[in-house]
Amino acid sequence: MNNTETVKNSLKKRYAREKRFQLYGRMAVWTGFIFLAILLFDIITKATPAFQATEIFLDIPLDPVTLELQADTQLDEETLRAIDYAGLIKKSLRQAFPEVKKRKDKKLLYKLVSSGAEFKLRDMVINNPQLIGNKPLSLWVLADDDVDTFYKLETVTSRIKEQQIGFIDKLKQDDRIRTSFNTTFFTHSDSREPEQAGIRGALMGSFWTLLVTLLISLPVGIAAAVYLEEFAPQNKFTDFIEININNLAAVPSIVFGLLGLAVFINFFGIPRSAPLIGGLVLSLMTLPTIIISSRAALKSVPPSIKEAALGLGASHMQTVFHHVLPLAMPGILTGAIIGMAQALGETAPLLMIGMVAFIVDVPGGFLDSATVLPVQIYLWSDSPERAFTALTAATILVLLGFLAVMNAIAIYLRKHFERRW
Amino acid sequence: MTTQVNGLDSLALRADDMATQNNSENLTADKHQDVEVLETIGENILENPKFSTRNVNVFYGEKQAIFDASLDIGQNEVIALIGPSGCGKSTYLRALNRMNDTIDSCRVSGQLKLDGEDIYDKKMDPVLLRARVGMVFQKPNPFPKSIYDNVAYGPRIHGLAKNSTDLDEIVITSLERAGLFNEVKDRLTAPGTGLSGGQQQRLCIARTIAVSPEVILMDEPASALDPIATAIIEELIDELRENYTIAIVTHSMQQAARVSQRTAYFHLGKLVEVGETNLIFTNPRHQLTENYITGKFG
Ligand SMILES: Nc1ncnc2c1ncn2[C@@H]1O[C@H](COP(=O)(O)OP(=O)(O)OP(=O)(O)O)[C@@H](O)[C@H]1O
Ligand SMILES: [Mg+2]
Repeated sequence: MNNTETVKNSLKKRYAREKRFQLYGRMAVWTGFIFLAILLFDIITKATPAFQATEIFLDIPLDPVTLELQADTQLDEETLRAIDYAGLIKKSLRQAFPEVKKRKDKKLLYKLVSSGAEFKLRDMVINNPQLIGNKPLSLWVLADDDVDTFYKLETVTSRIKEQQIGFIDKLKQDDRIRTSFNTTFFTHSDSREPEQAGIRGALMGSFWTLLVTLLISLPVGIAAAVYLEEFAPQNKFTDFIEININNLAAVPSIVFGLLGLAVFINFFGIPRSAPLIGGLVLSLMTLPTIIISSRAALKSVPPSIKEAALGLGASHMQTVFHHVLPLAMPGILTGAIIGMAQALGETAPLLMIGMVAFIVDVPGGFLDSATVLPVQIYLWSDSPERAFTALTAATILVLLGFLAVMNAIAIYLRKHFERRW
Repeated sequence: MTTQVNGLDSLALRADDMATQNNSENLTADKHQDVEVLETIGENILENPKFSTRNVNVFYGEKQAIFDASLDIGQNEVIALIGPSGCGKSTYLRALNRMNDTIDSCRVSGQLKLDGEDIYDKKMDPVLLRARVGMVFQKPNPFPKSIYDNVAYGPRIHGLAKNSTDLDEIVITSLERAGLFNEVKDRLTAPGTGLSGGQQQRLCIARTIAVSPEVILMDEPASALDPIATAIIEELIDELRENYTIAIVTHSMQQAARVSQRTAYFHLGKLVEVGETNLIFTNPRHQLTENYITGKFG
């Protein structure tokens, strides 16, 4: 038997092995894919209702008699602010449901409308005093979250009473109830009332926090990486630093939160809950990632390019800044974006430094109290109201969207600036 | 100058004697056979040289790549460094402009002087040295920038051009002299890395001559070139010789014969023989040189 026979006989076994390996590989990929699909499907189905808001149509009486205004009253802001708008809304509801007489039923009736409706009405009247007149103001106002949940999901929960279901049926018959795109979700901050809660505050909080993180960790990270890779003497001390940077990358993020609490808040006295402190803590966390990936990118620049520059009489510094750094930049930025994405999704260390508070105002700068998207998710996921579940899922979608965009940018940078040498 | 040879029956011969007795048959039999030879045969020492190197040893970590090489390179001469692969030609060349500094494990000892100044002295600035001693590397290594920027980089960092017209002229003449201009004149803004291997090598030559160094070290500049491009480069070398000093590593004996005035033969890290090129090729004095030239190995 010569070699050809031996090879031929072994071929079948070899191919079978290859087939089996491919099968395992495919199974692994599909398992991962299926879990991802289930996760996304679950989140999307839960989140969809949050993007719709239920609204109720009201005819609000704005005649001076109802408003108890004298004919000669100046319609200045103070007067307008003093008007009992909640009462107006209640009145318009009573007019829409004249058959409701009992006190208890009336209370249930009033509960159809979100408590935020009176503020919407107040702002409209203050901005447009000429609305006051004999003609009632026709207005779509937000429904209460229990009504919203019932109307959108058509499921009866313990939070909605039988009478209210009757009211809603009547509204439906009169075409006085509808769903529309939930702009509140994007324009408002956190609220105790789910129908008035939005992610604007958390979004801006994340923005300021990430801005601080980027401004600190990118320059510091690149400088450290360039120094360590190109200039630092090769000795025990450099090795020691290198090992420690690698270790830092593996430190659980909550530890950085404790560090931030001890150092930045207690020692330096930076206000807690502020994006500045959040950004500082997240910088500590992302720095190792950025340094490690930047060093890898710098290392991957072929030495022949460096030699070419040095051979022409470029100084070490010129070689690094004219050739090595630009060539490593896509890799560095990819690492930075991945670090930023990590920071965007980070919750634990921020809980330690008080970015978990209930904050209604949109943060306008580095020092305002703020919360961030993942913490907002954490807060809402804890709330009992059904509507918050939808908000949680919707916020997760927004967060995932941002992460996807950031990763897409990283991939684009890698592909676009990839150079052949 | 005498040549000492380790070995039982080897003789100490006067180099000049050998040059005169080059027709003698029995001399061939007496040729030095031993690799352990420590002193170089031939005219390795010159008067008033551009480069003078004495007892140069180069180590990569524990491994020694050059053993006690002493060689002078004259003003305006072209010297060819030949020898089998891995014998240390590139290593020796890179010691001349301190390119070896970039390799952490590399150490150089001995005395190396450029115009009488010690190259490895603390006072010698390697940046200035490399501006004076340019290098064309064995593997073409254009910057991933445009063809124009590749050539313009050196003049730019050294501030050699007063204005952009000046710079244009430097770039164009450099490309012309390297025999590349006609091929790339329509695409000076195209990336240098998009050229063919041979074109890249000529681009690297253009880049090196753009800074007008005093000495040009060329490590197999023609290894990736076709005969036409090779001829252009050889012509360039001839022309450059008027103003520059050139050391060229080559694997082509014909090329060494065509362009150089002197040739140095390296073997396993040792400088075996140095002499006038036509004599080296017609009448090598060391057995190893003869073996190499006649193609017995290497
Ligand atoms: N960076 C390095 N680190 C360790 N050893 C090296 C290094 N560069 C070269 N060497 C060794 O030094 C010796 C000489 O190498 P060198 O590159 O100078 O040879 P060469 O004569 O130029 O060969 P070739 O003709 O193939 O280019 C070789 O044995 C090589 O293995
Ligand atoms: Mg070589």
